[in-house]
Amino acid sequence: MGVAKRIIPCLDVDDGRVVKGVQFVDIRDAGDPVEVARRYDQQGADEITFLDITATHHGRETMIHVVEQVAGEVFIPLTVGGGVRKVEDIRILLNAGADKVAINSAAVAQPEFVRQAADRFGSQCIVVAIDAKQVSSHPPRWEIFTHGGRKATGIDAVAWAERMVSYGAGEILLTSMDRDGTKNGFDLTLTRTIADAVAVPLIASGGVGELQHLCDGITEGHAEAVLAASIFHFGTYTIAEAKEAMAHAGIEVRR
Amino acid sequence: MTLTRSTVVVIDYGMGNLHSVAKALEHSSDRLKVIVSSDRQQILAADRVVLPGVGAIRDCLGEMRRLELIATIIEVAQNKPFLGVCVGMQALMSESEENGGTQALNLFPGKVRRFSQPLQDARGTLLKVPHMGWNQVEQCDLQHPLWAGIANASRFYFVHSYYVEPQQQSTIAATATHGVTFAAAISRGNLFATQFHPEKSQKAGLQLYRNFLQWDGTLA
Repeated sequence: MGVAKRIIPCLDVDDGRVVKGVQFVDIRDAGDPVEVARRYDQQGADEITFLDITATHHGRETMIHVVEQVAGEVFIPLTVGGGVRKVEDIRILLNAGADKVAINSAAVAQPEFVRQAADRFGSQCIVVAIDAKQVSSHPPRWEIFTHGGRKATGIDAVAWAERMVSYGAGEILLTSMDRDGTKNGFDLTLTRTIADAVAVPLIASGGVGELQHLCDGITEGHAEAVLAASIFHFGTYTIAEAKEAMAHAGIEVRR
Repeated sequence: MTLTRSTVVVIDYGMGNLHSVAKALEHSSDRLKVIVSSDRQQILAADRVVLPGVGAIRDCLGEMRRLELIATIIEVAQNKPFLGVCVGMQALMSESEENGGTQALNLFPGKVRRFSQPLQDARGTLLKVPHMGWNQVEQCDLQHPLWAGIANASRFYFVHSYYVEPQQQSTIAATATHGVTFAAAISRGNLFATQFHPEKSQKAGLQLYRNFLQWDGTLA
């Protein structure tokens, strides 16, 4: 027995409200991130990730209050990503109660930022989020994209993950842009290639449509944790059902 | 008659997220005043003390030194119920391998070591460092008041690359296994410390905080 593989529901938050729809049978306000986080905690989520997609300054302040409220009543790890560009952004989020921050575009624009952040706050709270897209199939090769997958960078995804870990990233959140939103499952080759290349834990993301996909991410993708949004939001499956399926597949989970 | 509320000070030396610890303590008792402070008088006056910590141990100890808190921490560790968490646990040891060797508070003889790599489990699967996630905690002394109401082998949330290796086996209060079996908690008299984060360990973690807040620092 050892450390359990983690299930992480992800909430997209815009201006303090959960977007992309969340449907629980017995929830009063499915747009309230605090209420949704509370529900996932009750279902047995191992962590919760908030992705702040707010563009406005006011919206970002609202996000800080959301983190404070969630941290005051949900006692599992919280990760916040989206718009993390400066050391000060990280300090504010950690003080509000976030345990980890996810850095994406800012790492590409300025790789040294990751080193600074890890030196200042410790690797344990620095997650580097990587959005990767396949650019060739023989041999398979993936490049990283920024700005929600719209902007190509020409950087090799595997080399980038290794570099970010050498700069102090404590965890990698890997999203396949080819699979995101498809419900066809993770890009397992991509996931396994990067998971095997780095010493730190990898969270697989992008493409989950059924419970078997979560199991595959662990057993075939070699991920330490699996992240999903819509299958949980729309009530297709509960976290408890996901854990049941993973346990049935011989994966160690927290129950 | 006015009842004086019991106070617990969370020592603030500017490192990491003390607020999660304070919020979880507040959540664990309604008859408690939680103070986040670096003020020596407040720390000395508290009924209980929590020493949290995340990040690099050199920076943590450096800040404790800069704020002139070392003597105060050692003093309250002599008699008050005292709880160290994560790097706040590691800081209680004699020294750490981290940052090229760092002298620590020496309240528990022993070292802080890094997980060696490559690290494997019993089946030969490669393990990740940091050790991050929910692992089972095997209690050594089931009668210790801080384990009250917590099933043996309950899972707690860990995130660390270094672990403590106390010289005295008798001070190991719990173990966990990640390639190696290491001390997940240590205790001696009024001192208790955990490598895991009770404030992030949901029900089991909050129960441990509740137990700490009711603990008088003895083993009876």
